Amino acid sequence: MKYLIILLSSLFILLSARAQVQVLGSVRDMKSRILAGASIAIKGSYDGTTSDSTGHFSFKTFEKGIQTLVVSNIGYKTVEQQIDLSKELGPFNVALKEEISELKAVTVTAGSFEAGDKKRAATVLSLLDVLTTGGANADISAVLKTLPGAQQVGDQEGLFVRGGAGYEAKQFIDGTMVNNPFYSSVPDIAQRGRFSPNLFKGTVFSTGGYSALYGQALSSAVILESIDLPEQSQVNASISSVFLGAGFQKLDKTKKSSWGFNYGYTNLWPYFQIVKQGVDYFTVPEFHSGDANFRIKTKGGMIKYYTTFATSSLGLRRPDIDSLVLKDAFGLNNTNWYNNLSWREFLGKGWKMNLGLSYSTDLTKINQQLQDQQNKPVTGSTAWMNLKTYSLDNTANLSQIKLVFDKRISGISVLRFGNEYQYAYNKSIYNGLSLPLKDHYYAAFSEADINITNELAFKLGGRLEHSSILKKWNLAPRLAIAYKTGPGAQFSFAYGDFYQKPENNQLMLTTQLGYTKATHYILNFMKTTTLQSFRVEAFYKKYQDLVKTFPSINNDGTGYAKGIELFWRDRKTFQGMDYWISYSYLDTKRDYLNYPGQLQPNFAANHTASLVLKKFVSKINTGFNFTYSYATGRPYYNIKYETSNAKYVIADQGKTIDYHNLGFSMNYLTTIFKSYAVIVASVTNVLGSNQIFGYNYSQNGLYKEAITPVAPRFFFVGCFLSWGVDRRQDAINNNL
Amino acid sequence: MKKILFLIMVLFTTLANAQSKYEAGMGKGFEMLKSAQSAEDMGAASAFFERVADAEKDKWLPYYYAAYANHLTGWMNPKADKDKVAAKSKDLLTKAEVLEKDNSEIWVLHQMITVQQLTVDPMTRWQAYGAEASDYIDKAKKADANNPRIYLVEGQFKQNVPEAFGGGKEVGKVLFTKSIELFKIFKPASEMHPSWGKDQAEQMLAALNK
Repeated sequence: MKYLIILLSSLFILLSARAQVQVLGSVRDMKSRILAGASIAIKGSYDGTTSDSTGHFSFKTFEKGIQTLVVSNIGYKTVEQQIDLSKELGPFNVALKEEISELKAVTVTAGSFEAGDKKRAATVLSLLDVLTTGGANADISAVLKTLPGAQQVGDQEGLFVRGGAGYEAKQFIDGTMVNNPFYSSVPDIAQRGRFSPNLFKGTVFSTGGYSALYGQALSSAVILESIDLPEQSQVNASISSVFLGAGFQKLDKTKKSSWGFNYGYTNLWPYFQIVKQGVDYFTVPEFHSGDANFRIKTKGGMIKYYTTFATSSLGLRRPDIDSLVLKDAFGLNNTNWYNNLSWREFLGKGWKMNLGLSYSTDLTKINQQLQDQQNKPVTGSTAWMNLKTYSLDNTANLSQIKLVFDKRISGISVLRFGNEYQYAYNKSIYNGLSLPLKDHYYAAFSEADINITNELAFKLGGRLEHSSILKKWNLAPRLAIAYKTGPGAQFSFAYGDFYQKPENNQLMLTTQLGYTKATHYILNFMKTTTLQSFRVEAFYKKYQDLVKTFPSINNDGTGYAKGIELFWRDRKTFQGMDYWISYSYLDTKRDYLNYPGQLQPNFAANHTASLVLKKFVSKINTGFNFTYSYATGRPYYNIKYETSNAKYVIADQGKTIDYHNLGFSMNYLTTIFKSYAVIVASVTNVLGSNQIFGYNYSQNGLYKEAITPVAPRFFFVGCFLSWGVDRRQDAINNNL
Repeated sequence: MKKILFLIMVLFTTLANAQSKYEAGMGKGFEMLKSAQSAEDMGAASAFFERVADAEKDKWLPYYYAAYANHLTGWMNPKADKDKVAAKSKDLLTKAEVLEKDNSEIWVLHQMITVQQLTVDPMTRWQAYGAEASDYIDKAKKADANNPRIYLVEGQFKQNVPEAFGGGKEVGKVLFTKSIELFKIFKPASEMHPSWGKDQAEQMLAALNK
């Protein structure tokens, strides 16, 4: 009986506790904007709810006495508030403070296009984009040319950005500068980049206003970040109309390290047999290239090493413009060895380290001759004949070390600083005359990324440089501001001073020169969603201290560039289709080298536009890619020395015809010999438009000759195979 | 003696009460999960499981279901920002992982969340997210190869992958069949442990056999 009483009484106690109290209120952010979907709970109980679309909430609870109300929402700081449930409750109006988070925070975007970095929604271009841009033949620079800011220059390699010459754009791999990013120059024929896009997981194409971490580039920085460990071990092979290749990549069982190598052989002889070329190749272009790498995962980072060795040779003959009977014969041999070792490590307590070491050596031998109709060398006595008969051996060695530290200060704000040292050794032997050049270059830099709120961010930095050959210091300030105006929408502004040493061929003549200088001002607006992005950018660039070669070699050159650029990419509107449109307007003039005054340089067109279109048809596993590029005509000049007045004058000038290029490529995915296979076919200038990049003049100025591509089109057919050595997939399938 | 008995009695009732409170709570959560008609209902179920989990502190299942329900809102609302939904699902699932290490069910859900993010932009995300998804499948198999849900979600993913990349309808069929066979012998560790998916696997296979 007693037990029964106890039982009943304990039940009674339990039941008596079940009286409900209603809790209600609303949730907003600090700017009084409604927060829907916030979670409201009584700590330690199951009672609670989520805020509705008007930010309001209401729920009933059986809890009693003094409790804690917890209000939370992802991306906001959680608020805890004591409530007394025994009293009459008024509505709780809770305000949540936004956390500054990398996901939400605005990032400075003025002047730069990020490519790769697959996990970021703001990605503009990825590795896949590089591989599938019609007519670009998987050349990184060719793809970057479809973005605003870059010129459609087809007769020289390099990126001509916003009125800047090709040498004003530099490439960086894992932080360190690349000395010879392209295969050696051949007169009037643009060469490919040395590095395969497959090496890189991320590419940032900065058309100005870039970070203090990078220097010695007046107009543009292409910042390439190499891939980490591969996803699995792999064997690959490729065969195409111009090359053969094979490679191996081994991933350690513990997935902590990997190593691999590749070899490629390119020979254009078979191709030239089928497709007629406009010049006479007496040495058909032939390239050998080998590369090797290893990557080791460390405690909180990674060590990566990459090396590539390449040799190339070619020789071509063209009719000489100064005579009816002679020919110009140009022969080239090149050897290039590139090494890059990088180590990034999280050191704890918000510290991060990036160490980059690189060494490269490049040897180019050029032999230029005049030949007669029987292709026999001709030596002459006239000045123009002497100019066209020479041998040039050029050695370029670059060793560098760069150390950068990152320290996370408060929230996601970061302080970054470091040092860089480069030793450059260049030697040209021109007709037996040796011109060596050595430079010790040192730079210290510091930069702070300050996120005041999720909406407002600053990037403030500076770079101090010294070059032993110029015996001069320079200090380059950099500043960028970004302000978020809505979801995915932001304004950015960037300002910076950029210095660059004069080119080696100028320094070989005199070292009494200073740095060339450019100042950038950029204003940018960008609106992005996951599948669409729009940006408009206006810039003004001032050039100072450019190198003049007449009347003496000095730094009196000046210039400017201004313009506006548009970019629109859309992967949403048309099912399964991806396209982007870019447009650049450029107004630029400069007085440099032997220019008699301020002129629009011959590599600058006023209007440039590209349309890139990609469509993958899943049914047939085939992708179709088109790229159409257009540019208005570029100016050309015959700048001639007038002996009577002892100065350079413009003897003749004009404008080339507009440039049109429609490139096409298709890739078919299939399985061949149990490998994943991609079959690629591509062609440049499908429509066979007449392309003229400029004119060459005869010495006397009476004849001019259009600079055109050596063949109207370039065709490519290739097959790329890869086998995963890791048989996991097979094992699983067999077990089913 | 009486005092002792009384104490035991009180203790027993509180314990029973506590036990039933969790069970009842989970039961209510399952009810909400089952009856959810809209993304809002599903979100409410997720929030409820999250509250249960936060209150219990040492149980992984409510966090698992909170993540699962939240993940489903991403499919139920076609306009949902799937990256945002996935961020929340992952956050919840990570909390489950702290309490329950290397569980096949958790790996399966990780795969589902990754695939949901992949669908936002398959062309660009395929490489990174596809590899991540198959990595989760491997981990799930390592933890418990007889979990039928592994083959269900693997099949759902693979049937949409081009044949050239090791996917396609035939691969899907094999996987769904395997899943259904395993469902026949599958016994969840408790009534509360994950047991969903049998109907889905059958529907998927039927759709492929049409």
